[in-house]
Amino acid sequence: MSLVLIVMLPFIGAVFPPLMIRAGRNACAMTSFTVTLLAFVLLMAHAGTVFNGEVVRASWTWLPALGLNASFFVDGLGFFFAGLILGIGLLIIIYARFYLSKDDPMGTFYSYLLLFQGAMVGIVLSDNILLLVVFWELTSLSSFLLIGYWKHLPDGRRGARMALTVTAAGGLAMIAGMLILGDIAGSYDLTDILLQREAIQNSPLYLPALVLILAGCFTKSAQFPFHFWLPHAMAAPTPVSAYLHSATMVKAGIFLMARMWPVLAGTDEWFYIVATTGLLTMLIAAYIALFKDDLKGLLAFSTVSHLGLVTMLLGFGTPIAAVAAVFHILNHATFKAALFMTAGIVDHETGTRDIKRLGGLAHLMPITATLVMLAGASMAGLPLLNGFLSKEMMLHEASLTDWGGLGWPVPLLATVAACFSVAYSFRYMFHVFFGHRRDDYPRKPHDPPVGMWLPPALLVVLVVLIGLFPESVAGPLVRTVSRAVTGGEVLDYQLALWHGFTPALGMSAVAVTVGIVVLKNWRAVRAAWLAGPHPEARAMFRATISFVVDLALTITHGVHNGSLQRYLGFMVGTALLLGYATFLGSTHAPGERALLPATAVAVVGWVLLVAACLAVVTMHRQRLLALVVVGVIGLIVSIGFVYLSAPDLALTQISVEVVTVILMLLALNFLPKETPRESGRGRHVLDAALAGAAGLGVGGAAWAVLTRDFETLSGYYLEQSVPGGGGTNVVNVILVDFRGFDTFGEIIVLGIAALAIFALLDGAMFGAVGRKLAAWVPDQTRAADRHPLMLAVATRVMLPLSLLVGVFIFLRGHNVPGGGFIAGLVVAIALIVQYMASGFGWAAQRMKVDYHALIGSGVLAAALTGIGSWMAGYPFLTSTVWHFELPLLGELHVASAMFFDIGVFLVVVGATMLALANLSRIGRRAEHLLVNREPMDVDPSRPGLARSRES
Amino acid sequence: MEFLVASGVGVLTAAGVYLLLRKRTFPVVLGLALLSYATNVFLFSMGRLTVNLPPVINDLAQAYTDPLPQALVLTAIVISFGMTAVAVVMALRSFLENDDDIVDLPESAMALDPDPEAADADVAGLDAPPGASR
Repeated sequence: MSLVLIVMLPFIGAVFPPLMIRAGRNACAMTSFTVTLLAFVLLMAHAGTVFNGEVVRASWTWLPALGLNASFFVDGLGFFFAGLILGIGLLIIIYARFYLSKDDPMGTFYSYLLLFQGAMVGIVLSDNILLLVVFWELTSLSSFLLIGYWKHLPDGRRGARMALTVTAAGGLAMIAGMLILGDIAGSYDLTDILLQREAIQNSPLYLPALVLILAGCFTKSAQFPFHFWLPHAMAAPTPVSAYLHSATMVKAGIFLMARMWPVLAGTDEWFYIVATTGLLTMLIAAYIALFKDDLKGLLAFSTVSHLGLVTMLLGFGTPIAAVAAVFHILNHATFKAALFMTAGIVDHETGTRDIKRLGGLAHLMPITATLVMLAGASMAGLPLLNGFLSKEMMLHEASLTDWGGLGWPVPLLATVAACFSVAYSFRYMFHVFFGHRRDDYPRKPHDPPVGMWLPPALLVVLVVLIGLFPESVAGPLVRTVSRAVTGGEVLDYQLALWHGFTPALGMSAVAVTVGIVVLKNWRAVRAAWLAGPHPEARAMFRATISFVVDLALTITHGVHNGSLQRYLGFMVGTALLLGYATFLGSTHAPGERALLPATAVAVVGWVLLVAACLAVVTMHRQRLLALVVVGVIGLIVSIGFVYLSAPDLALTQISVEVVTVILMLLALNFLPKETPRESGRGRHVLDAALAGAAGLGVGGAAWAVLTRDFETLSGYYLEQSVPGGGGTNVVNVILVDFRGFDTFGEIIVLGIAALAIFALLDGAMFGAVGRKLAAWVPDQTRAADRHPLMLAVATRVMLPLSLLVGVFIFLRGHNVPGGGFIAGLVVAIALIVQYMASGFGWAAQRMKVDYHALIGSGVLAAALTGIGSWMAGYPFLTSTVWHFELPLLGELHVASAMFFDIGVFLVVVGATMLALANLSRIGRRAEHLLVNREPMDVDPSRPGLARSRES
Repeated sequence: MEFLVASGVGVLTAAGVYLLLRKRTFPVVLGLALLSYATNVFLFSMGRLTVNLPPVINDLAQAYTDPLPQALVLTAIVISFGMTAVAVVMALRSFLENDDDIVDLPESAMALDPDPEAADADVAGLDAPPGASR
């Protein structure tokens, strides 16, 4: 449990700094410090167990189906990194308190910092690679916030974006790699994966997984060719650079390589990818660092170079090299964080980080100068300091390594890199602190307050102690961590200051000598460098991103240019291609099913249908005519349903048909009555080809299905309809009972559609559109009698009868064709006919029903029926049947599904009426018609009758 | 019989797709309606074609037609009605707003060509144009 707490504490703690900042900057810093300290202490509580070589675990299943478990473990490696993250975190929190100025929002800063810290600790303690990936992405996000902390600086914002682009892209690649790895290993738990070296390395997917995972590691750890983002991220405040870009985040990639070392390392692929990348990175970055004038830029590239060194060591794949890697991670973390903090001090106190503008600070800032001398000498690899020890081990391993069968490339290049490394270390030490004292510093330099120099001083103490007494200070730790990295091998080695006269010592000596010579002849070296080429990684990055953006824009605007015709064309075309691809891959044998004979009636219907379709296509410009023909098609479809044993569908289709045609007529009242000829011939041909292909495809698919036998699950429904659903009309029982949940969703959708229609139409009553409507002039001549007397009388007489038919259809629905949907449509039509015959005003005054409420109550009725089953202890929408004995009528069955069907009925009536009534409202608004109040007043505008204004 | 239904569905689809690709709203709505018919009949035919068999439980019935596709298509018909209604009302509103019933965006708004400098700066971390720096 305490493991989880270690990870969660920073996340929980991140809430407090923005609140505590109201109590002052010290309170804010103290809160963050306390949270981190707590996590650190909890971690240290595991120290004894870990040093004994045991592993502490905490786990619970989260999403077992995905293999994603919230499991954590701490072994030597995790303990070491978590200790680094939290320990250096503590120092950074103190340092930042004094570094940030009064104008910087400190609460936000600590909040981001703790978020980042939590994500980092999460990475190193995760026992599940999917969980690890989640934390990995969290570090990318939180570091984006930290790098861009000074939002007003364009450099900060750009650096943050670049860092996010590169590291998040790598992270995405890594997710893929992790998924492959988990798939090979059959588990996403690290503990399991680490045991499967054989299976993983023999898998054909080993190389893809390796490359993808390494893409994540290399981008995060700024390895060549992804090294360019790190220096730009240095636009961040120095505490961030010191924390993220030297001590922690950039080590995440290294950590992962170390974590995966037991299963991924040791192959040729691993050696050539990892060791080569590391070697090149070490060399190139050291070279660039030497010529950087910005202190933080120099340190940034030096960091990249040292990360390359560690990567190379891990890439060698030998256990001793892994030990050296671990030891150098520790040493680098100490001296580099110290150097970053001193660079921040110099910047803070003199107002500049430009080496060309500095010099002679040793007497002005003696404490800082001392710290830089010690830490810098360690970075250069001078004896008696910890940097010397691990660099010796690196050179020793390099001298033993063959590359492509050759013995010399690795040691030679490593020595060259070491020369640069010595030179840039000396450059920081001597060009900043020695030389002539200047009189043009932007600010008057002096040593900073103790809060700023104490954190680096503590680290420098470690640098010296490890350097002098490596075995007693760092030995146990390095041993424990190495055991975790190498998977438990016991190794014979000795961390010591003196190994005798080895080749490595010679290489070191060469490096120091060359470094000194370079610095002595700095002007000449610099001139030579200035004359050479300077490829700018950032420009290449920009060009790449611009290219990708342009490509995306071209594709997007090509497909998505605002033309609905084009979208639909692409959609139909894509569907055709997919269908055709599937068609190619499946059997083309004819079906075996016995076919039904085509009767004369059916053929007549078919001819009518085809003729009507042709008519619609050819005459669609005359819209009224086209609408009438579409009505004919609907009618044929309904008859087809009757013929093919689907009476419910026929009833539904025919009533929907009526409503649809009325709706379209109402809309057509305002729309142009004819469609102009616009499209060119090519367009017509193309569209006809697409349409023909689509028709052929769908028709062919239908033919293929109809000529084959099948198995249906309807047997269950047919058997259970009466005993389970209490009704003999299986279609209706399925709707309101078996698949009631579907129907419930459907009526909600229908209600929403009606509300959307209402919103569209109601909005048209006001504003500019409303004024346009008010000024609308009908484009057709009107009939002389607006409300024909015969029609008005007939519909009013018909109304009770129609309603009775509706109720009848509803009641019988459960046992014979009918039901809520059809009854709702029938009742809606009966009501609409009143609007048509007697006018909107007349009908609206008599219909005092709120259609919104009707829809709402319908959905509510359906929901309550469902919830009723909960009350009885059954799942949602379980139905029951009650039996009554009534006088005269005899035994009566009432299914609870009946109440559900009432809901369906209400929604259908409400939705249909809401849509149609609002369309007619628009019409009335446009035509300024008077309301006919008299019962049989067929035209209220006739003179001589009592007039009433519209209400 | 099967051929009549299959080819009928095909013809309905072809007519629907052709109208769907027109430039004005009303033909598109009609096309949508035709496509709905085609889809509904297609779905219905997944239960295969039967003549004179009831979907209603009856002691006298020898066999039954497949009720499941019927139930699914019944709701589909109602939902297609809702969809057609929304589409037609949208066409109406759009006509009232814009005074034309063309389905595409106006030429001026089509294939928007953003300032490439600004887009790159935003994505690639280039120097943002002055004024866009905050």
